[in-house]
Amino acid sequence: MAHDTAHHESNTKRIWNVFWLLSAITIVEVILGIIKPAFLVETTVISMKLLNWIFIILTIWKAYYITWAFMHMEGETAGLRRSVVWTGIFLVCYLIFILLTEGDYIYEVFKSGHKSWDF
Amino acid sequence: METTVIKTGTDDKTWGGGNEPLKVSYGKMMMWFFILSDALTFSGFLAAYGFSRFKFINSWPIADEVFNHFPFLHGVDAPMYYVALMTFILIFSSVTMVLAVDAGHHMKKNKVIIYMFLTIIGGAIFVGSQAWEWKNFIKGEYGAVETKGGQILQFVDNEGHRVALKDIAVTLPSVRVEHENKNGIWYKSGEGLPSYTVEEIQQGFMQRKDLLIRTQILTESGEKTILSREASLDKLNKDVIGIVEGANLRHNEYGSPLFANFFFFITGFHGFHVFSGVIINIIIFFNVILGTYERRKNYEMVEKVGLYWHFVDLVWVFVFTFFYLV
Repeated sequence: MAHDTAHHESNTKRIWNVFWLLSAITIVEVILGIIKPAFLVETTVISMKLLNWIFIILTIWKAYYITWAFMHMEGETAGLRRSVVWTGIFLVCYLIFILLTEGDYIYEVFKSGHKSWDF
Repeated sequence: METTVIKTGTDDKTWGGGNEPLKVSYGKMMMWFFILSDALTFSGFLAAYGFSRFKFINSWPIADEVFNHFPFLHGVDAPMYYVALMTFILIFSSVTMVLAVDAGHHMKKNKVIIYMFLTIIGGAIFVGSQAWEWKNFIKGEYGAVETKGGQILQFVDNEGHRVALKDIAVTLPSVRVEHENKNGIWYKSGEGLPSYTVEEIQQGFMQRKDLLIRTQILTESGEKTILSREASLDKLNKDVIGIVEGANLRHNEYGSPLFANFFFFITGFHGFHVFSGVIINIIIFFNVILGTYERRKNYEMVEKVGLYWHFVDLVWVFVFTFFYLV
């Protein structure tokens, strides 16, 4: 990294830039959440609404900026960065995959089973 | 005697001691790994939320309809405005925190004090907002009825606007009274009576011809199904067993009780993190004022507590998405 030990130059400008970026992303999310454009709701990508994919991607983008700029992950060594970020991402993806698959399976059982759940 | 540093002759070697493998102090590295483990805890909660949501994918409550309050705007439908505001407050307090860390690098004590103070204020406002959000959720707005199978039925008029229980119910002479301490020697407190009985709602529903029942089942376009007048009457008279007002861990007028459980658990756990973050920030804030870090000649403690604070913000970004947007 360019400035690991001598990171004493002020980066207030970058901090404010990141703040404006995060605010802009949040505003876009809220606007999309309120108007819910029909074509984004109707289009389905990998069994989820396109709108939801957009929300998730924007969220990860925000998370990237918070971690890299605010938590200064960009200034840490590659070893620390990888051991924290990759571990987290791997385990979270695994957990999400397992649980959502199982949840969808149970939904199918409820829907196609012989018992009625609506009474 | 002169103090001497013992030289082992291995200082310049990798395993000679005093080496920082990841070029970062012990405290900061451990803060990072604590954050990693805490992130996995939150992921566990959010993934469990996802599991339950996928399980009831065709009847999950619509967040826009649940969280649509804004302070001083009574009866105005303001979906998500308030949560968006809360998100801004938290992001902004993250910014002041990172500015405090930056000022710490330059040993500017007064700037650190100001920015830390702003961060604490932001955190306190956020926790307060969350409490207000909880209050609205617990109190409920329109009320609903519950069927034998635990399904929630809500009332709408023929234009699709929600109708509150108090606008439906007629007053009937009630035979049930709440059991009170003064009425018995053996007193065991019972459940409080709901404001209306099922009969009052059924009578009122029959008198108002414009009313319909809205079930939890989502249509293709993602809206709740509204039953016809005949089906509504049939459902109300046959299946309904109780009144639900507001939300708690067992009943939830907005839909699946699981939604309420996860809401209380996840936002509660996050709120607890914000609260402890505020407390830790206050401790560090006083240390800064007392000049502890000035004497130590570095402000790394501010940086460490800053990491925790940003993490709280990071979690909120995900909670915001999965609870309010998706």
